[in-house]
Amino acid sequence: MYALIDCNNFYVSCERVFRPALADQPVVVLSNNDGCLISRSDEAKALGLKMGEPYHLVRPTLEQHGVAVFSSNYGLYGDMSRRVMQVLTGFSAQVEVYSIDEAFLNLAGLRYTAPDVRAYALLIRDTVQRHVGIPTCVGVAPTKTLAKLANRLARKQPLTERAVVLTTASECAAALSQTPIQDVWGIGRRYAAKLREYGIETAADLAAQPESWVRRQLGGITGVRLWHELHGHPCLDFDPHALDEDGCLLPAGGRQRRSVVCTRSFGRPQHAAEVLQEAVATFACRAAEKLRQQHLAAHLVTVLLGTDRYKARSGPATVSTTLTLPIATNDTGELLKAAHSALLRLWRPGTVYTRAGVMFCGLEAAGQVQTNLFVTASDQRNRPQLMAAVDTLNQRFGRGRVSYAAAGVASRSAVWKGRSAMRSSLYTTSWEELWQI
Amino acid sequence: MSNAILYCIPAHQLLPAELPLYACPIPAGFPSPADDQLDAPLDLTQHLFRNPASTFLARIVGDSMTGAGIHPGDLIAVDRALTACDGSIVVAVVEGEHTVKRLRLRNGRAWLEAENDRYDSLELLADARLEVWGVVTHVIHALEGRPAATPLRQWHRKQA
Repeated sequence: MYALIDCNNFYVSCERVFRPALADQPVVVLSNNDGCLISRSDEAKALGLKMGEPYHLVRPTLEQHGVAVFSSNYGLYGDMSRRVMQVLTGFSAQVEVYSIDEAFLNLAGLRYTAPDVRAYALLIRDTVQRHVGIPTCVGVAPTKTLAKLANRLARKQPLTERAVVLTTASECAAALSQTPIQDVWGIGRRYAAKLREYGIETAADLAAQPESWVRRQLGGITGVRLWHELHGHPCLDFDPHALDEDGCLLPAGGRQRRSVVCTRSFGRPQHAAEVLQEAVATFACRAAEKLRQQHLAAHLVTVLLGTDRYKARSGPATVSTTLTLPIATNDTGELLKAAHSALLRLWRPGTVYTRAGVMFCGLEAAGQVQTNLFVTASDQRNRPQLMAAVDTLNQRFGRGRVSYAAAGVASRSAVWKGRSAMRSSLYTTSWEELWQI
Repeated sequence: MSNAILYCIPAHQLLPAELPLYACPIPAGFPSPADDQLDAPLDLTQHLFRNPASTFLARIVGDSMTGAGIHPGDLIAVDRALTACDGSIVVAVVEGEHTVKRLRLRNGRAWLEAENDRYDSLELLADARLEVWGVVTHVIHALEGRPAATPLRQWHRKQA
């Protein structure tokens, strides 16, 4: 049996631990740069506020209803997440942290210590609430996919319940028929639309299809594994990471990334070339790091600059230019050079930019880069080792500990850095901002 | 008395010599016998936090608990996992605010006591829900100098 523990409105819940006055009030948390809503309390959801809505568009509604608004405070959320996971390790030897606010517990072997699974689920829920102050939903079922489904059903229960345990075949069947197809873990919007064309509306409909049909229609072996999981047969190698960022099943064979992007809006509009250069260099460094993490090398370097989209003005909101590299690389130094010259082509004096970004395309596997007859990779001898060393240092001592000077020496406080005007204190991780009573 | 032998080497012969710099300390005495048994320094959190996941540090603002040895600027450790009983010093939630007080539970009544004559006790009426956030387990009080720990910009701002 697997239990999925999912924190309710996690970021909002973290804020409420230190601001009890907000317990029954509508609260929202904004994304980086105060861009859009990324966490909403139940009261905020009841006001019709949607996930991902741009802050500047819903601001009047927020003010009208006196909604408490917070910038994201990842220092706090990370620490609270660590605490939740630490409490969970007391309930099972196998805890798989799935995201900042979700974890799977393998309950195998607890048959004797916890014969009443439902009571155990409620104990987990109550302990996390008491020890860390974060409300959760618990779903328990024979497979991870079913546990996820049970958790989704638990969310619809009243606050005092919020635990669904699927042990018998009839309980699983009932849960499957209550679950619309797009709510099944791994079925994204695209696949849901496709399945509905075949008259498949619920998880139960999908489970009722023959395996061969699923193999043909649902991304091959990954789809078959999902189907087995729905039937209560755990597929140990069922890897939800084979899904793309939207949680959609990726077509078999097409799992390689097409691009690596790092782009961000500025806290305040910028026009100085040096500032933009620093921002672009920082994004290039970060994207290069992502490339190396995935053992990829890029052929194309694109730099994007955005002007204010919401101002009435003619002309394109985003300008971009792309440079082709003679040989695909994931070397930060070379990518920086390319990004820099691309930026110089784009930048126009007097123009005010609100966002910038770097995108690497034309990806190929890092070890098997196609060489070029006319260009020799000179000076390349020790570069992979250098990059590996930089990545290792940054992994161990924190992102940006070792960086290129082009990315700016004081980039922690750089002017183009994000806006977070309404961030709460780092209550648990900073001496300067320690919680006060 | 010791003997010294002086060599005379012309300066121009010395200049091109490359001198290695040893960045590591070179012991001039005998090797430290403790080198093989180096332990990590004592970690105060091990002593303070019986339940690290549920223990939070907080800084005290205000003087309502000076009688209990809790002064403005002190650090307290608060454990949410413990159950409060009569006499526990707790962090309670009163009207949406956190407050540190001594919890009293007697004859079916509950109230929060300040330990400073200038403050009144707060009776929790029958219909009011007593919300204990956590139980205070330790006070870290500096006897000298500034009140505990590192730069306290925010704390000073609050005091001003």
